[in-house]
Amino acid sequence: MNLLAMDAEQPAANIPPPAGAAAPGAPRRPVVMSVRGLRAGYAAGAQALQGVDLEIRERTVTAIIGPSGCGKSTLIRCLNRMHEVIPGAWCEGDVRLGGRDVLQLDPVVLRREVGMVFQRPNPFPTMSVFQNVASGLVLNGERDRAKIAERVEESLRRAALWDEVKDKLDKPGTGLSGGQQQRLCIARALAVEPRVLLMDEPCSALDPLATARIEELLLQIKDQLTIVIVTHNMQQAARVSEYTVFMLMGELVEYGETQAIFTQPSDKRTEDYITGRFG
Amino acid sequence: MSGHPARRKRTNALMLGLTALCALLSASALFAILGYIAWKGASAVSWAFLTRLPVPVGETGGGIANSVLGSLEVVGLAALIGVPVGVLGGVYLAEYGRGRLAFWVRYAADVLNGVPSIVVGLFAYALIVLPMKRFSALSGSVALSVIMVPVVLRSTEDFLRLVPGTIREAALALGVPRWKVTLRVVLPSASRGILTGALLAVSRVAGETAPLIFTAFGNTFWGRGLLEPVATLPLTIYNYAISPYDDWHRQAWAAALVLMLFVLAVNLAARLWLRPRAAN
Ligand SMILES: Nc1ncnc2c1ncn2[C@@H]1O[C@H](COP(=O)(O)OP(=O)(O)O)[C@@H](O)[C@H]1O
Ligand SMILES: [Mg+2]
Repeated sequence: MNLLAMDAEQPAANIPPPAGAAAPGAPRRPVVMSVRGLRAGYAAGAQALQGVDLEIRERTVTAIIGPSGCGKSTLIRCLNRMHEVIPGAWCEGDVRLGGRDVLQLDPVVLRREVGMVFQRPNPFPTMSVFQNVASGLVLNGERDRAKIAERVEESLRRAALWDEVKDKLDKPGTGLSGGQQQRLCIARALAVEPRVLLMDEPCSALDPLATARIEELLLQIKDQLTIVIVTHNMQQAARVSEYTVFMLMGELVEYGETQAIFTQPSDKRTEDYITGRFG
Repeated sequence: MSGHPARRKRTNALMLGLTALCALLSASALFAILGYIAWKGASAVSWAFLTRLPVPVGETGGGIANSVLGSLEVVGLAALIGVPVGVLGGVYLAEYGRGRLAFWVRYAADVLNGVPSIVVGLFAYALIVLPMKRFSALSGSVALSVIMVPVVLRSTEDFLRLVPGTIREAALALGVPRWKVTLRVVLPSASRGILTGALLAVSRVAGETAPLIFTAFGNTFWGRGLLEPVATLPLTIYNYAISPYDDWHRQAWAAALVLMLFVLAVNLAARLWLRPRAAN
């Protein structure tokens, strides 16, 4: 920690007031996912999560911040069990989705309820724009063409991409710009109608304009589903989230309403991080 | 760093020249072979040559129609057996194979790739010809498919490994079962490469002669089904070439030209197929 740090009372620099913050005193939404004593790691290397406790509330945006390597990706990948896809990865603890034990669920069923958007846009290279969005439905056996077409349009609209691609639905998805590809991936995830959408640094490969469009769309869809977004852009966390989680070295340091975390963090390490003194 | 500058430069020029010469030599071998075969064989190739049966020595106007058809039959059936086995094995190695079994399969495939083709022919002879007490197109196909499998297997594995892991993750995260991710997302992403590998394997076995000597055996008439001996281009070329007759020698050259063009066409198709398409 930086000894040249300025007065600790000074509020975080350059952080706009949290637009997405819940109105003070508003009733808390019900918990949709809860995590208790979650520990996780990889075949090689040290343990990545040292016992994390967390509650994610329905139809809110929760941001996870922290320096790289602190376990943000590991944490959200445990929520839809994408963590176990990595050979040798392990996790233990109690993760619940609406009361059901996530570790006992069929991962295939779980992942339809808890969708994911990755750091780099990853549209399927052999598929058109339309097929990409429809893929989750089609690969899971949906045959009703009218229903598929309807869901594709609806998902593209929710991902704020419809107007840009409605004339090139049968062009390859990989032919779009980076920002469009990422919104395509969001539409693809939305088309399965998940309850929870996990996003792992979805804007880190995008330019500021494309980033702004994604933040905008998050604010639009957040009253329809629960969003957990990993970001190491603190302004972004402040702009889009109601709740913020701060992690450090595999531990959850602080968790609370975004406004509170950014204006009066209760842990010295959180304060140091959001004022840019380390990380 | 060491040596005289002028001498170093001379050595450099010499080495460069030598490597260029060798590169040129290896490339020109192809054109020399092609040119020579065309020169010797082109005059005997005609529509009648391609569509007629062989005639006894002394008569003129014989063709190689039965060999062309036999080759297509034997190689086609070999591909029907060898390509699926190779592709599925390659899928196993690339998508699921991490343990000891995968290591041994991979190792066995590489060794099999180096087994002399006449040994493979003997294997098919012992496995099929002896128990059935007859030479057959089927036994020839089995021999060729044994040669194809390791080629297809390893090329399938290689092309599947080129499919980025993020694609698999994206599909898994949509709640798609693993086997469907492999079948519907990963395999199509690698399909051009896999098909290319299969075509190269076809062009490789189309010219194999040794494994057919005591399996497909040869036939001066049309083959009568998979369980009968059948004429194939490489064996016909061999038989004609070692005969004492000038007319047969000419036909051997012509048949060689036909075979060469077939192999070349398949090869070219495979490479054109793999060439990245212009982005639209
Ligand atoms: N596939 C992996 N194999 C081994 N260690 C890993 C792997 N992925 C991440 N780790 C380690 O786990 C820790 C947490 O990583 P991660 O969750 O990716 O952090 P973050 O997303 O916050 O940057 C890091 O120390 C990282 O090196
Ligand atoms: Mg990460």
